[in-house]
Order: sequence, then C-alpha cells, then structure tokens
Amino acid sequence: MADKQYKLTFCDGSGCLKNHAREFRQLFEEELRRHQIQQNVQIHLSGCLGMCTKGPILIVNPGYILYGNLRSEDAPEIVQEHLINGKPVSRLIIQEDHLYNRFFRIFGDSEFFGRQMRIALRNCGVIDPEKIDDYLAMRGYEALAKVLTEMTPQQVIEEVKKSGLRGRGGAGFPTGLKWEYTAKQSDPEKYVICNADEGDPGAFMDRSAIEGDPHTVLEGMIIGGYAIGSRQGIIYIRAEYPLAVQRLKKAIEDARREGFLGERILGTDFSFDIRICLGAGAFVCGEETALIHSIEGARGMPRPRPPYPSVSGLFGKPTLINNVETWANIPVIIIDGADWFSRIGTATSKGTKVFALAGKVRNTGLVEVPMGTTLRDIIFGIGGGIPNGKKFKAVQTGGPSGGCLPEKYLDTQIDYESLAKAGSIMGSGGMIVIDEDSCMVRMARFFVEFTQDESCGKCTPCREGTKRMLEILTRITRGQGKPGDIEKLERLGTMIQKASLCGLGQSAPNPVLSTIRNFREEYEEHIHQKKCRAHECTALLSFVVQDNCVGCGACKRVCPVNAVSGNRKEKHSINPNLCIKCGQCYDACKFNAIAKV
Amino acid sequence: MSRLITITINDKPYQVEPNQTIMQAADKLGFHIPRLCYHPKLSIEGACRVCIVEVEGMKNYVASCAFPVSDGMKIRTNTQALRTARRDIIELILDNHPQDCHTCERDGNCELQRLAASMGIRARHFEGERKRYEKDLSSEAVIRDPEKCILCGRCVRMCSEIQQVHNLTQAHRGFHTVVMPAYNMPMGESVCTACGQCINVCPTAAFLEKNYTQELFEKLNDPNLVKVVQFAPSVRAAIGEAFGLEPGLNMEGQLIASLRKLGFDYVFDTQFAADLTIMEEASEFLERLQSGGVLPMITSCSSAWMKCLEQFYPDLIPNVSTCKSPMSMQGAVTKTYFAKKKKIDPRKILSVAVMCCTAKKYEAARPELMFDGMRGVDIVVTTREAAWMIKSAGIDLVNIQPEEPDHPLGISSGAGAIFGATGGVMEAAIRTAYELYTGETLVDIEVEAVRGLKGIKEGSIVMDGKEIRVAVAHGLGNACRLLERVRQDPSRYHFIEIMGCPGGCVGGGGQPYAQINSIPLDDENLRKRAQALYDLDKAKTIRRSHDNPDVQKLYKEFLQSPLSPVSHQYLHTHYKAKTPVGIIPRNERTLSGDSK
Repeated sequence: MADKQYKLTFCDGSGCLKNHAREFRQLFEEELRRHQIQQNVQIHLSGCLGMCTKGPILIVNPGYILYGNLRSEDAPEIVQEHLINGKPVSRLIIQEDHLYNRFFRIFGDSEFFGRQMRIALRNCGVIDPEKIDDYLAMRGYEALAKVLTEMTPQQVIEEVKKSGLRGRGGAGFPTGLKWEYTAKQSDPEKYVICNADEGDPGAFMDRSAIEGDPHTVLEGMIIGGYAIGSRQGIIYIRAEYPLAVQRLKKAIEDARREGFLGERILGTDFSFDIRICLGAGAFVCGEETALIHSIEGARGMPRPRPPYPSVSGLFGKPTLINNVETWANIPVIIIDGADWFSRIGTATSKGTKVFALAGKVRNTGLVEVPMGTTLRDIIFGIGGGIPNGKKFKAVQTGGPSGGCLPEKYLDTQIDYESLAKAGSIMGSGGMIVIDEDSCMVRMARFFVEFTQDESCGKCTPCREGTKRMLEILTRITRGQGKPGDIEKLERLGTMIQKASLCGLGQSAPNPVLSTIRNFREEYEEHIHQKKCRAHECTALLSFVVQDNCVGCGACKRVCPVNAVSGNRKEKHSINPNLCIKCGQCYDACKFNAIAKV
Repeated sequence: MSRLITITINDKPYQVEPNQTIMQAADKLGFHIPRLCYHPKLSIEGACRVCIVEVEGMKNYVASCAFPVSDGMKIRTNTQALRTARRDIIELILDNHPQDCHTCERDGNCELQRLAASMGIRARHFEGERKRYEKDLSSEAVIRDPEKCILCGRCVRMCSEIQQVHNLTQAHRGFHTVVMPAYNMPMGESVCTACGQCINVCPTAAFLEKNYTQELFEKLNDPNLVKVVQFAPSVRAAIGEAFGLEPGLNMEGQLIASLRKLGFDYVFDTQFAADLTIMEEASEFLERLQSGGVLPMITSCSSAWMKCLEQFYPDLIPNVSTCKSPMSMQGAVTKTYFAKKKKIDPRKILSVAVMCCTAKKYEAARPELMFDGMRGVDIVVTTREAAWMIKSAGIDLVNIQPEEPDHPLGISSGAGAIFGATGGVMEAAIRTAYELYTGETLVDIEVEAVRGLKGIKEGSIVMDGKEIRVAVAHGLGNACRLLERVRQDPSRYHFIEIMGCPGGCVGGGGQPYAQINSIPLDDENLRKRAQALYDLDKAKTIRRSHDNPDVQKLYKEFLQSPLSPVSHQYLHTHYKAKTPVGIIPRNERTLSGDSK
C-alpha cells in the first residue's frame, strides 16, 4: 500500500469516549470524505493515553502534533488548515508541546537520547533538511511571523535578554546584551553574521545543526536582523563543509521563494537577505574580528578590541555576530518563551548546550543537555562509560582551547563559570574522554601543535610562544626533557594567556597548564625518570619479552633492525640499544609475551 | 572642549582628555610605555604586545596603544609581572632573530636592540629553532631580509595605508609567518616602487637599501677614474642627524668638504640640475599651455612616483613631463658638456649621486635614461650610506671647514634648493614660468599655498590674466587620491607636482634613521629639514632658476635652448606602461569567498 501522507491516531480510551471522542472522529471522517482526501490519511485508534482531562485527543503524524480539548467544530479546521494546507492549528495543540518535544517523542526511549533535551537540534533527524515544508510543519518560521506581526524590535531584544541565552561559540557573552548594543548604534547600515567556521578539531555540532536543520539558523538570523535593524545577513561557513553549504544554499533559495527572505518579508516593511561566504581553511577565522576581515577580503587576522563589532564591525558598520547554535535557539525562545527557556539550566547559564562527545567512551556523538548536567551524567550516563574495562583518567572540554579535568571534577555541573573555575572552558562544546592509556603530556603537545600551526602569526606571544611551548613538549615526549622545563612551560603559558591579542593565543596554553596542574606527576616522570605511564610516548618505552614467551620467533622475524635474539623454543630477548620502538614485535606476538614498559 | 576624565596610573590620579588610548594619555604625562609596532601615522596593530599594561577589572593584559581610557580606569604600567612578561616577549623575538648585531648595518641604531637593552635581557630561556630565509637582493633599491623581521607590520601598513601600493603582506601562519610581496615574488619583479618608506619605518634591518659603499670605496681608489659626485638638496638638510646633530641643520659646506676628502675629484650640486630641470620643465609646461598640449602636466622627478604611475595610472602617461629628474639631468650633462669642457673621456668618469632617495638607485639603472651607451649616474648612494662612508673614512663632518662646490655644475639658485620640500618643485617652476610667460618679475616668490605638510595642496596663480591652477601631493597615497580627481575632471588643474615620499624628498627612503628620542617620519623633523632648505633659499642672492649664470652658460655653450633637440636628446625621456604583477587592480576587487 502506498505511504499515506498523514497518520492520525484517535484516542479511543474511556476518558475520551466520555468526551464524545467517537462523535468527533465520525465528524472528522466525514470532513475527510467531503474534501476527498480520505485515501491520503491512515487512521489508527489507540488506548487511553492518560491525558484524560484534555480529551478528546488526536495525534497527527508526521510531526507528532498532539491535539486536545477537541470539539466537533474543530474537525473542519484541522482538516482544512493542517491536513490540506499543511499548517497545524496552534490553538488546539496542547500546551505541553514545546518545540523540543517532537524529537523526544520519537527518540526518547533510547538510552542515548532519553536523557537529552534537544532544543538547538530539535529537528535534526526528524525532518528532511532539504524540504522547507518539513520545517514549516514543525512550526518553522512561526517565530518569525510572530516577531514581525506582534513584536517590536525592542520587545524581541527584551525577550532574548530575559531568556538568559549566552553565546554558544565559546565566549558565553549574554546574547541579548550583544543584540541591544548593536541595536543602539545609529548607523542605518548594519550586518548580521552567523559564525559557522567551527574550527575546533573534532567539533561537529554546527555542521550537524546546519546539515540537519538549516532553516532554524536562517530564521534566527532574520529575527536578529529585525531586532537590530539590519538588512543583510552573511553566513561565514568553512569550505570544508560542502554538504552543509549545499543545504544552506537550498534553504536560502526555498526561503526566498516562500517569502521568508528578500523584500517585504511576509508582507511587512521588513526586508532581509542572507548570503554565504566560504572560509578558506584557517582556524583563526573563527575569531570574530578575523572572520570579519576575511569577509572583507583581507587576511584573516584579529584586531584589538575595543572597538567591538557591535559598534564597528564588517566594513566598519555595527555588526551582530553569533554562533550557529546561538541562532538555532532563537526561534525556540520566541515560540516557547523566555520564561520557559530561563527555567532550564543553572543560575548563570540558561538553556541547553550541544556537546560533541568523543574519545574513550562507549557512545560518541552529539549530546544536547540542559546546562547544569554533570560531567558524570554525560560521560557515564549518556555516554555509557569507558569501554574495555579501562579507567577514566580525564575529560578534555572546549577543544584545543580547553583544559583537561581529572576525576575529582566529574560532578561539576556544567556551565560557563563552573568549567572556568575548574580550569577549563566550555568552548564550542568539544568533550573528549581520556582513559588510563592516554598520555597527558602527549595530549597537551598535540593541542599546542594545532594552535601553533593555526596561529595567524600577528602577535608575538602566540606566534613565538606556542612554538617554544611545542618545542619543550616535544623534547619531553622524546625523553629529552630537562629540569626546569615544567617551570618554563608555566611561565610561557601564563604570559601567552595574558598577553595574546585574541582568544586563540589566550586559550592556547590551557591544555598545557591544566595538565601540568592536574597531572604534574606525569610530566615529572617523563622528565626525570624518562617514563611514560600511559605507554604512549614511544621514545620512553622499552619493549621487554616476558616469561611466557614460547620462543616461536615471530618477533625476531619481523624486527627491522635485528634487535631480537633467541633460540627456538627458548625465551627471546630484545636489545634495548638497537630497538627503534617501532612496535612490530608487540603486534606480531600471539602470546602477549612482549610488554611495553 | 571635552570634559576631562580621571584615570589612575601606578596609583596616582591624573586628569586626561577622553577619546584617546592609554598610550597617548601616558605619553602626554611623561610615562613612556615601551612599544614596537605602534606608529602614530599608521593604523593601530596591537601585534607586538610589548606595550601591554594592567587595567583593573580586565582579566588579561591590554595593549595600551589600542585600549581607550575611560573615567575611573586604574592602570599599572610597570608591575613585576608586566616587566617579566615584556621581557619574555622581547626575548621571544630575539630567539627568532639572527644573533649578528656586530655585523648588522643597524648595529647601534636598531629599535629592537634598544628595547632588548632596556629590558635587561641577560639570559635566554626559550631558545629553539630559528627561521631561515634567503635575502631578497633582486631590487635595485630595497633589499629584504626576512630573518631580521620581527613582524611588527609597520612596513605592511606603510606600504598599504600611506603609500597605497599594497606590495607587502604577512603570509602563511604560525612560525612560518613572513612579510613578503604576493606569491613571494622577488621585490624587483613586484609592484614595489622602491620608495624605501619600508626602510624608514622598519625597526630592524629587515629592509635596507641596496648597499654600494664597498664598490664605491673600491672605485674611489681607482686612479684611472675621474670621480664626480652630486648630492641632493635634502641630503644637506638631514645628513647632520646621522652625526648626532639636531634635525634642520644645513650641512652643505661640510658635506662638500667631506666628499672631497673622501676622494672625489669634482663635487657638484644636484641643485644646479634642479635649476636646469626648471628651465626645461617650465618651458615644456608653457608650450603645452599655449599650444593645447595635454594638461594637467605632472612632474616626473620622483622615481618611485614614476613607477607607481606606470603601473597603476598608465592612462596618465601623456600628462607626465618628459623631463628627466635633476639627478639624471646632472648625470647627462656631466658626461657630455662637462666631459667635453675638461677634455675627459666620459667613459672614464665615475658619476656618483648622494641621494635622500632609494628609488634613485632604480632610476639610475633604467635603460631609457641611457645615452651614447652610458648611464648618466653610475652609482647612487643614500644619505645613510654616505654618512657611513664619511665616518668609516675617519672624516669629521661636524667640525670640518665648509667648502664651495665646483664649477661648472655646482652653483644653484634658491629655487633649486627648495626642491627637497613638498611643493618646492612647484614653487620653483612658478617662479620661472611666470617670468617666462609674462616677461615680468614675480615679486612674491614664496608661494605659501604649496608649502607645508598637508597631503594634497591646491593653489592658483594668475599669469597675464590667465588663472593657472596647481596642485601638490606628497606620499604615493595622496598622489593616487589626487590622480583620481584628475581622472574625474582633467580640467581641474593645469600643473601638478608629485613627490612619492611623505614630506617630499626630505622624508625620502634614504634619509638617516630617526634618532633615539624621535620616531620615523616625525612631522617636526620633516618640517625642520624643509625649513633648512627654505632658509637656504632666503639666504641666496639668486633665487630663480633662470637667473643661475652657470645654467645660462650651459645653454649658451651646449644645449642652445630649452626643449632644443640637444636638450631632448640628453635631458628628456619617455615612459612605458608596466603591468602590475600579483596585485588585483583596484576596480576589479570584490569581496572574498563569495559563493554564487
């Protein structure tokens, strides 16, 4: 049988029957026949849903629209407006229906999704991102309509301020305040920018949000444009996201066609358009002033602030720049209300945050939870804990700009302040779980290598300082650490944090300083005992044949430098002076008789 | 009158104007916060992080060159933590810098050296890999040494913001960041105009003029050569600074004596040729004016400006005077008129020019300026190179007895002297053009309208009832702005003077480095150097080019008359459009990353 366009579920439980549910259903079916759409609709009956005070209940899918308190005269309206015109009848939808509920209804029974609260990602996995009709069916652009017809720009700003939303790009600046500053500027030419550069390695929150629900970003930006008095939005997206770019282009095209972008939107005096600007492969272009320079055609180097972009940004004009995830929250705040939004989260950090959970954890992926959720809940609850029976060692938050937090911080309730207090940052939401098999020194070195490579080179502390930190860390991981190296790293790191021009430099030493603070013994072991307890730094490893060696000779055969000696059926041995630590013998041994010590 | 605000610096309150940066306020109060990349004439970069200070309430240090003062701000400039941070930052720069101060051209006169000394860096904590780059010796005029570069960005800003040539940019990232022309092409092939302003603003030896002192010393010791030298007006007004004297002293006589002691057989004066240039150029202008020739006419003595025009404004080539620059005219008459007079084989003449200018090195090598198979000027050395040679030869320029230049190419009028200041060429030309055209003496020969440091100056003079509108620009950026006006309305001006360097030739790329208590391109210094020339003009009895008796003799004996065939052969040239390489023409630039 061909797929029906709609699936209707009428509650047929006693409570609803008492409220004339069957009569309602009969009228409804008559309406369907009157409009001759009965073949497009599949009708189910269900048992009691348990929401008896609100009966009769009707559930319409797709979209899990929950209608309640239905009366006979509502049937024609639902059929005409929702089933034929595709516009769900808001006044009949039962109030517990927040935008994020739809996702939860579909996926909430899974261990991974059940504890999440998907606000920014509410439509991802639910709708077809290339169909604007799907977005509309999920109350898409309803927030924009409300804003344009019922609210003044100042009211919009007040609502965003009241919500307590803070920038999700990492800095956590109060979004409403930023909107207010930009709106206050008297220059008639203003810009709205979406920062979709997402440079943190391993971060894919923004990519997923755009690939899965591009319209929410557009809607947020148009509302932002209205609030501050701008006509032009720009999405700066890294070129390494071709699918996201393609989806954005389609979404912009469709939005223009349907009248959500362009001149006189929805018949009002407000005009706004959005264009796409591609990044060119520089992490530093995620920094707001560097991003602005990149759009202007100049080299992507940050500049000192003040002046802040809200006063003087793109082409010297007042510019509102926010992260993808920030924009994605705006329609929700408008529809579900700032009051509701501000009840989620902690005292200082409202709403939810999307984290990219990765590393040594069973369930990796995107996790959106209310602020205030503990690290333990995310890693062990949603993440499923550490696989292979290994022990948790640390969690690295905030990408290459963040710190490594050991076990004692697992009960930290995540928000901007608590993570900073613990010595890390929220950043864009990267969360990498580290187990006992990871070397903290190597990890610090990995991140500094990244930031040194991506440093724009403008300011001395970042350009030169991260290079020197990298050299010291490389020496340490190669067994060439010297006494005084830790103190040098601390001295350099502190100076780079405090003296650098932009956030890249200011946060580049975080991985180093936090690992020194929380795992100093590992550094000392590397330097003084030339030992790597995680057995990751190959220069500090010895490969030693254990007593359970049966003398098969497999290791001897694969050794490229003839460092293995021994007779058949006798315990073999490895000459440490010849061993180049390639690890071939370790891989070749079927008896686990070679240990890395 | 804006309300004063109160800020606290190192626990003491001060009343200052609002709307300025911490550094500006501190400078006025006598707190000199150390700095490297900041320059008052260039945009704020905030790159070196040497000028960092602590502001109460800010988590991190702020760059005082960029951070604005506000009422109640509490600032600390010299805490122990700040001193350590600054010291470490300077050390980081030193760690990625060649350790060859003793053999470096800027030893003793280097901003990095001075800063390092003031930080008291006695040990190196962070030494590691040092960047390695080849020196770029491809240009005739300006050489690049990226190993000495500290990435302050002054050259980039100077070349883009003030000169508007946009030849230089930072490229690559991290440790591999380097300042270079587009695609790392050799300077000699790039759009570099050789103006040398990058050298003026560079705090180290990352940019230097191409050095000919060794070659010149060798040739000075060659007994088979007749060594002839000329020196520009601006050289005498500034060379004293290289010997520790204050700016604005005219060291003409001492310089002539020193050059003789250095080994030159004849010391001539470029100011003589300046008078000659005025004869030719004023005549050329009047001819265009009277016979419907291309107007406005634009002066051509600035070689950086000529390269800029050929690259970016080739459509205006017909407007440019065909006259060579005074230096090249001097070279030409030296190897023809002078050689004949003294019965010297011109091929045995070593024609040297001491110039305030780096682009003159490029100019002297231009093939179009050759005649009879010879270059007019064989070697150009800058004021800096000449000062070094004089010191190296143990000559005491400061105290030596002043001497007079040689005949027949040594005497000059006051009009020739003021060539070094912006507006000077125009003023000199007006003095002669007026009298040639009207037959009357111009009484008010000091034309105030074209004097001073305003970027573009306008004026007019009435000659026999005809209003002649003139304009003067200095610095290539102002020149470009002026030319846009010309493109829009060619009838707006009749005669335009352009000098490629800010302040005119007195601010040339070859002038002495700023002294310890000053900064490069300081307006006061430029004014003082120019004033030395204006004073020199005032002190002379002959103040008009056409009154120069040796110039009159030159025409009588050799050139016959201005614009004669002989004059055209030796004193005039032509220009060619040059395609700029590696740079998008202004009208073709669009926004980056535009996705259609």
